[in-house]
Amino acid sequence: MSRRTPAEYADTSSWSYHVDDRFYAELARQSALLREDWPDAGVAEIVEAQSFLAREARLVDVGRFNDWLEQFTDDCLYWVPVTAGAGDPTVEVSHAFDDRRRLTDRVYWLRTGLAFSQIPASRTRRLIGNVETTVDPVTDERLIRSTFVVHELRAGVTKTYPGWYGHVLRRTGDGWRIKLKQVNLLESDQIHENLTLVF
Amino acid sequence: MTVSRDLPAVAPAPGRTDYAALVREDRVHRSVYTEQHIFDEEMVKVFGGRSWVYLAHESQLPEPNSFRSVRMGLRPVIVTRDRRGDLHAVFNRCSHRAATLCREESGTAKSFQCPYHGWTFRNTGELVGTPWPKGFGPSFDKSEHGLHKVARVESYRGFVFGTLNESAPSVVDWLGPAAGWLDYWVDRAPGGEVVVRSAAHRMGYRGNWKLAYDNAGDGYHPAFSHRSLLEMASRMGDAKDMAYFGRSPDEGPMRTYMLGNGHSVIDQRPNYDGPGSFWANQRPQPGREWFEEKIRAEHGADADRLLDLTIGSQINLSIFPNLLVIGNQIQVIEPLGVDRTQLTWHATTIGGVPPEVNTMRMRTQEDFPAFGEPDDQANFEEVQRGLAAPEAEWVLMNRGLDVPGWQEVGPDGVVSSTATDELHMRRYYAAWLEMMSEGTAR
Ligand code: FES
Ligand SMILES: [Fe+2]
Repeated sequence: MSRRTPAEYADTSSWSYHVDDRFYAELARQSALLREDWPDAGVAEIVEAQSFLAREARLVDVGRFNDWLEQFTDDCLYWVPVTAGAGDPTVEVSHAFDDRRRLTDRVYWLRTGLAFSQIPASRTRRLIGNVETTVDPVTDERLIRSTFVVHELRAGVTKTYPGWYGHVLRRTGDGWRIKLKQVNLLESDQIHENLTLVF
Repeated sequence: MTVSRDLPAVAPAPGRTDYAALVREDRVHRSVYTEQHIFDEEMVKVFGGRSWVYLAHESQLPEPNSFRSVRMGLRPVIVTRDRRGDLHAVFNRCSHRAATLCREESGTAKSFQCPYHGWTFRNTGELVGTPWPKGFGPSFDKSEHGLHKVARVESYRGFVFGTLNESAPSVVDWLGPAAGWLDYWVDRAPGGEVVVRSAAHRMGYRGNWKLAYDNAGDGYHPAFSHRSLLEMASRMGDAKDMAYFGRSPDEGPMRTYMLGNGHSVIDQRPNYDGPGSFWANQRPQPGREWFEEKIRAEHGADADRLLDLTIGSQINLSIFPNLLVIGNQIQVIEPLGVDRTQLTWHATTIGGVPPEVNTMRMRTQEDFPAFGEPDDQANFEEVQRGLAAPEAEWVLMNRGLDVPGWQEVGPDGVVSSTATDELHMRRYYAAWLEMMSEGTAR
């Protein structure tokens, strides 16, 4: 966090002081970086990235949303853009632009048992491939790019959502944490039904 | 009460439907949501054949020769500006052998060349070129083969409407008192400058288009349909925006107003008090605390106004049949089939404010499409499933009917009632019935 967050706003599941102009500028920089050509990564880095993604995918697919939430940093963003190529979130809406507080809201909302769009709840299972990884030269954070297909069954209907993920991970004393998860849906700017599942 | 009449056991042939038997004072027949032939007739009569439909916003056609592809009912239509900037709308349907001419969503073009055999049309519809013209006989007259034109296109405060009916009243007359509510919505923006952004939530549901229109004027459902959102909002203590729908809204100050021709509005503003109140009651958006501190530090006494501009208008304005002005969004109902609909939520920015105000508008406009509207649409789909039972014939719209003291006539002649009154449905179905019955044997 580039600017000092006042102590009373330190708990980012309740407050969002840190999502400021610099936050948006950094997001634009890393979003562009996620679209660049990267050098080949070593086998160890690829395997590490793959196992991180597989574990995260499993937490979502089995509905362990509280555990999934714990994978994110305090200054995280879970971002599902509408515009193909991600666009400019300062003047465009997204399907999800969740800072820590809103992501906590989302998980809370899913677990109220009152969201009719999730009664019955989505069952999902996702495949992730084409994993690439590199390091952000500015922040030293780990960047991962992957292709996904999410299969969803809800209310007797099976749907398929293809796209690609961009992850920015930060190393903590407790392993990798997600600073940014960008979900680029192939059909993000087209008609879609009930996007309340978690990507 | 309307006298009870039995319906014929067999659905009548298309074009001969007795619509008056399907719409009663307190109820409407399930078939208007389920029957293909009724839908087909609606797509002609309700969506442009008799009256106006919303096509586009002028900010989506920013310069001379701009165009935008839309639908008018099921008809593919191109809304254009000519070289002087005047608005037109033509069918996106080649007069040769029917291919669509324009396959882009928007852009600028002086003319359109059909990709199939190369016929070229001006952006006002005239046919100007047919490749290898010697192949057409002497009776071929180019002036007879222009694109089918939408007979009239008119704009009110940036909202562009079209009709195929030459003798329709002007848009402003047809809007009637709804025009004043559009004025309020537009004039919230400094200088009235509203810009529709390219990113939109295009939500599809498996149900009839009228389920969206029924719901848009429904102040009865929020306390129940939106329980998940209200519960989420109270995660951190005090209840926020919309909680007043749950606290016996019939005793509160909120009203619904009938604006004629099927239009209506729910006014939520009386639930708020004074500048800064919209902002104070909004569920928290990303970046809220930093933004508020910055706006208050830089704008002093003007801060409350700017903060409120990041929040919706607190009116739900329904312009029949396909335009819903809610929050800061322009929603368009786009029927795709009798049981399939697209509801597009166009997000807007405004002129004359610091850029971070528009960024906060984006964050606010993501809230309801994520945590509110999906629950509505889940209920629309479940209504459509419920409607599959043919023996249960009626959908009720009787709340508020004959309830003493609910409906009032204002000094302007506008009838209003408490927001949970189903008067919105009763009134728009009367307009629907009039349109659908015109030109049919009754
Ligand atoms: S269909 Fe357009 S030129 Fe033939
Ligand atoms: Fe609703």
